[in-house]
Amino acid sequence: MTFWNNPINFIGYWLNSILTGWHLPAAIASVLLYVIGIIVLILFAMTLDIGLVWVERKVVARFQDRLGPNRIGPFGLIQPIADIIKMVIKEDITPDGADKIIYNIAPVLAATSVIVLWAILPLASTIYGVDLNVGLLFIVAAGALGTLAIIMAGWSSNNKYALLGAFRMVSNMISYEIPMVIILLIPTILANTMSVRGITQAQSGMWFAILSPLALLIFLISAIAELGRSPFDLNEAESEIVAGFHIEYTGMKFGWFYAGELLHAFTFGGFIAILFFGGYGGFFGLEKLAALAWLNIPFVQALVFIAKAMFGYWVIMWIKYSVPRIRIDHMLAFNWKFLVPLSLVVLVNTAILNKILIVLPNWLYVLGMFASNIVIGYVTVEILRSYGRNQRKAEKLPDSHAQTQEQTV
Amino acid sequence: MQNQWLYIGLFFVIGIIVPVVPLVFARLVAPRKPNPIKQSTYECGIETVGESWVQFKAQYYVFALVFLVFDVESVFLFPWALTLKQLPLFVVLEGVLFIGILVAGLVYAWRKGMLEWV
Repeated sequence: MTFWNNPINFIGYWLNSILTGWHLPAAIASVLLYVIGIIVLILFAMTLDIGLVWVERKVVARFQDRLGPNRIGPFGLIQPIADIIKMVIKEDITPDGADKIIYNIAPVLAATSVIVLWAILPLASTIYGVDLNVGLLFIVAAGALGTLAIIMAGWSSNNKYALLGAFRMVSNMISYEIPMVIILLIPTILANTMSVRGITQAQSGMWFAILSPLALLIFLISAIAELGRSPFDLNEAESEIVAGFHIEYTGMKFGWFYAGELLHAFTFGGFIAILFFGGYGGFFGLEKLAALAWLNIPFVQALVFIAKAMFGYWVIMWIKYSVPRIRIDHMLAFNWKFLVPLSLVVLVNTAILNKILIVLPNWLYVLGMFASNIVIGYVTVEILRSYGRNQRKAEKLPDSHAQTQEQTV
Repeated sequence: MQNQWLYIGLFFVIGIIVPVVPLVFARLVAPRKPNPIKQSTYECGIETVGESWVQFKAQYYVFALVFLVFDVESVFLFPWALTLKQLPLFVVLEGVLFIGILVAGLVYAWRKGMLEWV
């Protein structure tokens, strides 16, 4: 176990030997080491968050054909730090009539629900917090805390716009949790484990994005809805209800809502990379070649993971800045009448085909799964097109009667 | 095994402390000059009209109910998905039957108009 192979355990053993050399009991030494490791991981996540603020502002600027921040530091790189200093020194205005305790807890909970996800996110094969064997269930559970934070913020603000925004946002988030949980079952079936590291290791042969592209699509849509980003950003519909559930928050409390949303988006980009694109590994077996053995070094794997997560985050940003917002009834109808039945069909298809085709050689298995997804996609598009055709025909019928009447007169 | 959950527990505790630290720092550093106009409720620059805790629209409750049914279903599907590799084909079809019964529930809700936003 060298430093390059296994950095965290190497440093852990070294510090443990120092601490027990100072005659600390072993239990307290291990708890102290856990605390140090957790603080390092959280600081890494926070630093990444600061970088994400810069990335977000530059990318939205380029999408809108302008430059973005470029005054503070080279290319505006110090801008997020200026933002943080500004938010900390701003006055904290609490509206009168607000429920003080819940009002103060809500931003902390929103930030905590995102930070906690970093405990199971594997950056490399040996750089991770902890490898839970129920990792996917933990993701869903921690995401639910964020929903709680939103309704707490909306309710305690004593503001009807905040309340309306919170209602719509919560109904949105719980609705889109159903396709997300159902799609999370698909990597579980394909990898035979719920642990996040196990799913990454099971993709060393073939990415799950190729085995099941429809699952990737539905997970992407549900993830964007869970994050509350465009086109599902009814909670902060800036042109409608002026910042929604966080109207009455100022200073650093608003800062935690905003930074939490960006970090949440990046973390979900990371989960898309892990569940569907092979995470830190996933080079289709190429890393076993001797020439490419440097791909197995944990630090290179961490860079690969962050690159893939950045790609997922880029796609989420791309969608945010390209399409308009969807109405609440369209959003809920899209979920319950389209995504939930489609995700159940994809789940049933994956389960049955995985059982039947597993005995065939590998390339035939991959082809079969991919082709079945294409077939389901084609059938869905045909159903939607015929539905649209029937609707257009029903709309046209009264008009054609009116036309013939005019002609006879 | 219990070391893993100890780690998660510590992570939660530190994950609650880390957002609180800048908030405490902000309370020490930021100015505090409350006056009644600053603290009044925001409504696009005008005086507020009516109660701020508006009436709860009943349709949210209906969607939460449908969500509950499907969430419990997905919890039951997790052990099924985990053990699919070791079990024969008819177990897969039993799970499909379970999903089919719940899809019948979704179709019933759809036809009864429970999924409309009125």
